[in-house]
Amino acid sequence: MSTMTSSFKTATTVFYSVLLALAIAAPWLNIYPVYLMTLYCFGIFACAFNLLLGFGGMLSFGHAAFFGTAAYVTGWLVTDQAWSTLSAILAGMFSAAALGLLFGVIAIRRSGIYFAMITMALAQLVYFVMLQAPFTGGENGLQGIPRGDLLGLISLKPDNNMYYFVLLILVAVFLGIKRIVASPFGQVLKAIRENEPRAISLGYDVNRYKLLVFVLSATLAGLGGALKALVLNFAALTDVLQSTSGEVILMTLVGGVGTFFGPLLGAGVVVTLQDVLSDRVGSWVTVIIGCIFVICVLSFRKGIVGEWLAFLQRRREAKKA
Amino acid sequence: MTDIFGFPLPVVLGQLMLGLVNGSFYALLSLGLAVIFGLLGVVNFAHGAFYMLGAYAAWLGMSYFEINYWVALVMSPLVVGALGVLVERSALRHLYQIDPLYGLLLTFGLALIAEGLLREMFGSSGQSYPVPELLRGATNLGFMIIPIYRLWVIVASVLVCFTTWFVLERTSLGATLRAATENPKIVQSFGINVPVIVTLTYGAGVGLAALAGVLSAPVIQITPLMGSSLVTVVFAVVVIGGMGSILGAIVSGLMLGVIEGFTKVIYPEASNIVVFVIMAIVLFFRPAGLFGKE
Repeated sequence: MSTMTSSFKTATTVFYSVLLALAIAAPWLNIYPVYLMTLYCFGIFACAFNLLLGFGGMLSFGHAAFFGTAAYVTGWLVTDQAWSTLSAILAGMFSAAALGLLFGVIAIRRSGIYFAMITMALAQLVYFVMLQAPFTGGENGLQGIPRGDLLGLISLKPDNNMYYFVLLILVAVFLGIKRIVASPFGQVLKAIRENEPRAISLGYDVNRYKLLVFVLSATLAGLGGALKALVLNFAALTDVLQSTSGEVILMTLVGGVGTFFGPLLGAGVVVTLQDVLSDRVGSWVTVIIGCIFVICVLSFRKGIVGEWLAFLQRRREAKKA
Repeated sequence: MTDIFGFPLPVVLGQLMLGLVNGSFYALLSLGLAVIFGLLGVVNFAHGAFYMLGAYAAWLGMSYFEINYWVALVMSPLVVGALGVLVERSALRHLYQIDPLYGLLLTFGLALIAEGLLREMFGSSGQSYPVPELLRGATNLGFMIIPIYRLWVIVASVLVCFTTWFVLERTSLGATLRAATENPKIVQSFGINVPVIVTLTYGAGVGLAALAGVLSAPVIQITPLMGSSLVTVVFAVVVIGGMGSILGAIVSGLMLGVIEGFTKVIYPEASNIVVFVIMAIVLFFRPAGLFGKE
């Protein structure tokens, strides 16, 4: 981003600082902490998804598989196997990574629409496995998952403690993804996204890069799922459902594909919408979500953050001229 | 009593017949998907929703307007096809110049809208309508007894599929369509109105899905979600067959239905996932699909 002016950089820094200060102050501002934590978990999920779509150029229609599998694994380990919270989260991420490797090896053989269809079909496979597997509790899911503590020092049971733990992870994921995108690896990804044949002719092993970003994205999606299981104390079939894969796409699309802040904002919009609407309008939530999809695709493809950045760009150019 | 792999023959044949019924629906749906993809370059996620709408349109017509099954069989695909034409004209049309992934996302949104609306209007519980007089009862094929309606579903679907194949591959209309797939600009320069062809193709593909919906309703229950669970399987079928091939879509649809039926006999727990597993295996050895060329 060499075209970025210094004033824009300062404005961005100020924006993120204010946002972080607000997030830290949130428990004193009388905002329901579980709502914010849910938002953060889906924010991590959406950032992970955006790493794949926005920076890797691959649309996965099966990301719920990673989110849900990690939720189940983490939940099962802390509930039935009495694992500590941190090791269960790591195990959840590891399971998502392993699943991501398996999906990736199969799906990156095709690109574009086929890639989307294949990931969707594989996620459906995971759904049926989770429906029948002995440790997932079938239709009921896993209930009453305890949050445990951090290294035996801090209990995560109080909402405030859990809140800061999730916030810390969210910030780490956000910065981590920024770092990945700016790294040489991220630059190669960009080259592949813009012109794959050219990247191949430059000698890059394109499929290895694609596989790596896919596994990374799956792992982080798993992190979001593992945290969600702990925050809400349950893991259920909705976590691996196709509609959840659709939701994360919508979050990224609404916020702005390929922007850093977009997925977080999109997660905020979608989670808030569901929170506000679900008890009031019943099945209309599905209709409303569908309508947002249609509107975004037809006339709002850059998303909120993308449109805003484009607006700033136009204004800068107008000033120059 | 004859056994196959230790399973009684009537059980195996019964499941295979059910598999063939399911395979007929897979074939009809993947055929429509393949035709639409060929011409529009759009993966129609709403295909399952149109299938569901087809079943609901027939059910509504039969229970509120007292039309009979045969009228519904013709009317419902026409009505749903008209809806498809409307969708293509008003929304899909604007997306042909950009990344095809947006077509997938748009139709995903449309499917959500359709499902939500029908759930709001008719609830989530299943509806059904009776089998027409003519197709009631069972017949003895010599080696097994089969309900006539199931036989009808298989015969009707196979006939429709091969008629579609014939029209596309062996008539001048089909030649025009295929030419428009290859190079729309040149076809247009011959004075053929390509945008109208595109619109009608979408309508026809969607109509096929609705026809499958009408046929399926007496066999399975009509629910708002009947399409979304089917469409993922059909996507896998299409990936296995290779999207470019019409005949491939028909054959792999029927074949996978039968394989699914057979899995129900030997290992019921895997019957839901066998199609996806086959998809993974096929992708591993033949990424372009069984009948695809690349």
